[in-house]
Amino acid sequence: MVLAELVEIKERERAAQKRVLITCCLAAGCMSSEARLVKEALDRAVKAAGLENDVEVRGVGCMKLCCEGPLVLIDPPGALYQKVRPADADSLVGTIRGGTTHVERGDLNSPFFTKQLAIVLENCGIVDPERIESYIARDGYVALRNVLRDMAPSEVVSEITKSGLRGRGGAGYPTGLKWATVAKTQSTKKYVICNADEGDPGAFMDRSVLESDPHRVLEGMIIAAYAVGADQGYIYVRAEYPLAIARLQTAIRQAKQHGLLGSGIFESPFHFNVEIRIGAGAFVCGEETALMASVEGRRGQPRPRPPYPAESGLFGQPTLINNVETFANVPPIIRNGAGWFAGIGTEKSKGTKVFALAGKVRNTGLIEVPMGMPLREIVEDMGGGAPDGGRIKAVQTGGPSGGCIPATHLDTPVDYESLTKLGSIMGSGGMIVMDERDNMVDVARFFMEFCMDESCGKCIPCRAGTVQMHELLRKILARQATVRDLATLEDLCDLVKHTSLCGLGQTAPNPVLSTLRFFRPEYLALLQPEPGKAADTPAPQPA
Amino acid sequence: MSTIATPKQTGPSGATAGHPSGDKRFKILEVFIKRQQQRQDALIEVLHKAQELFGFLDDGLLYFVAQGLRLPPSRVYGVATFYHFFKLKPQGAHTCVVCMGTACYVKGANRIVEALEQAAGIKAGGTTADGGMSLLTARCIGACGIAPAVVYDDVVAPRQTPESALERVKGWLNHGAR
Repeated sequence: MVLAELVEIKERERAAQKRVLITCCLAAGCMSSEARLVKEALDRAVKAAGLENDVEVRGVGCMKLCCEGPLVLIDPPGALYQKVRPADADSLVGTIRGGTTHVERGDLNSPFFTKQLAIVLENCGIVDPERIESYIARDGYVALRNVLRDMAPSEVVSEITKSGLRGRGGAGYPTGLKWATVAKTQSTKKYVICNADEGDPGAFMDRSVLESDPHRVLEGMIIAAYAVGADQGYIYVRAEYPLAIARLQTAIRQAKQHGLLGSGIFESPFHFNVEIRIGAGAFVCGEETALMASVEGRRGQPRPRPPYPAESGLFGQPTLINNVETFANVPPIIRNGAGWFAGIGTEKSKGTKVFALAGKVRNTGLIEVPMGMPLREIVEDMGGGAPDGGRIKAVQTGGPSGGCIPATHLDTPVDYESLTKLGSIMGSGGMIVMDERDNMVDVARFFMEFCMDESCGKCIPCRAGTVQMHELLRKILARQATVRDLATLEDLCDLVKHTSLCGLGQTAPNPVLSTLRFFRPEYLALLQPEPGKAADTPAPQPA
Repeated sequence: MSTIATPKQTGPSGATAGHPSGDKRFKILEVFIKRQQQRQDALIEVLHKAQELFGFLDDGLLYFVAQGLRLPPSRVYGVATFYHFFKLKPQGAHTCVVCMGTACYVKGANRIVEALEQAAGIKAGGTTADGGMSLLTARCIGACGIAPAVVYDDVVAPRQTPESALERVKGWLNHGAR
């Protein structure tokens, strides 16, 4: 592959563009509502109308408004149709010739769409994820070419550092710093790993990116490998995401065919290969040392750090691990420059963040917003507030490692620091809205049950602590607990948080701590008076 | 529980040649292991393949894998029991997986599980006595936008209720194992 070929593919793809483009969402959400049949019906309808030369029907990745799927967009005139059934295909194709249809129209001018800023998702719902040409037509692999021809590895690292990009997996570690550490570690063998083990319940951003635009993640990985000097990469995907795995496999095959993976990429001396590793259902494998153990074919148990993976990681070699969304941010940063990226977001949190908006909110789906947008704008304007006349009570971010932000704090800007200050975390991007009918103690119990089941059992605070905390929460919910039990629970939270080996245990108490902080009366209302004390005098809090 | 006999040691090298039972699936698995160049870090890939072929992993099968990859059986057993995805018991003819992710949970997935448990007379994670259906729960299948979601035989269904779930599995519960 050389630049001329890239340009040629792009021009050929543009020239082949037909007058009207019908895009049909084929991401997992819409697929569950028979989107595949809708796509086939549209294909047939176009043929029946004799419009094959004017109309292209394209299966694409996530079109974002999952709750209204299957989604179909006809452009021009840029009309979005929702809840499309296969039987609607004829009337939809008919609209191209001025016909009418009864299919429900979606509003592309609603805040759900207009407030989004697409960087990671810029191709999402536009390109055909199963065709590399479709990605190249949208300037795909141009960043990789520029990097390999015009930039030294150290320049790539410094560009990423300047952009201010931080890890999108949850912790927010500066990406440039991580790359620099791996780059300067001396070794003949280095690895790059893409963490696509999106285990947080309530999160589906990585899944959507992989299903909608897999080449972007590959391009980001190849650039990273060049920058740090690695020649082998792994993508660790959950087994629960079969569609994402299939599309990644297709993407890797195509990239190899086009000389974008393998040896002599873009006729440079640089070579790099990628393999997919499929997870087997263990939340703890999202932790980087556990993930590496799993890639090596062992039980996914974490180990103490240091040494950090940047120094001694996979098979004992320096390893760069980044999240899917982090890699997806790399090509646009290289293409548009670090300054452009650094101009988006807040002082300490640059760029955008993709969130999976779900729960008790009218519009559920995938959103990408600039860092620093107030939570209220996300859940009320974009999400449309709680459905069925409910009132938003809290927003949960960060899954089992995060916390519940009460409605009174909805004006908090969404960035790493602000969310941490409220006892939650940015996390990987799951955002679950809860309304008045949700009992926060039960929510805390739900997450504790999750952590209890998912604890790998290696360190005692996490293995035993989560069981005890879960039992105490269950006791509180059963109205059998006293104020003494609550004190024990708080003690345990503190202990597990500070003595566990890895992130799973260290953050397991967060949902309890954050609900205790903002919804303490709900806990107190469930407590029993201590035996031997008058029922109506609340027991004093033990020091 | 063992439906597959423990294979005998076939040589001092510990290498296997098919399986004494003559089951062709062992041959397929053996080829797959060879294609991984017997790399021990491919253990999880091999277990995925074994489960795909046999439906579940019993002791004899794990032993076969251990020999193929020249790993101690304890290591293979340790890995197979660590990951939720690997099943050590036979599964029902049909599977019904209720997603219990946060979004599904706040939208009432637990009521769906309760209704199914009651109708099938089993607890989540179990299989009906006639082998007709396994009822499972998932941590999160990433279909939060269409919660609550249930996966019936690998097909995801959106916005389920206890009633719609019961309707869907009715045939799997009454007629036994096909």
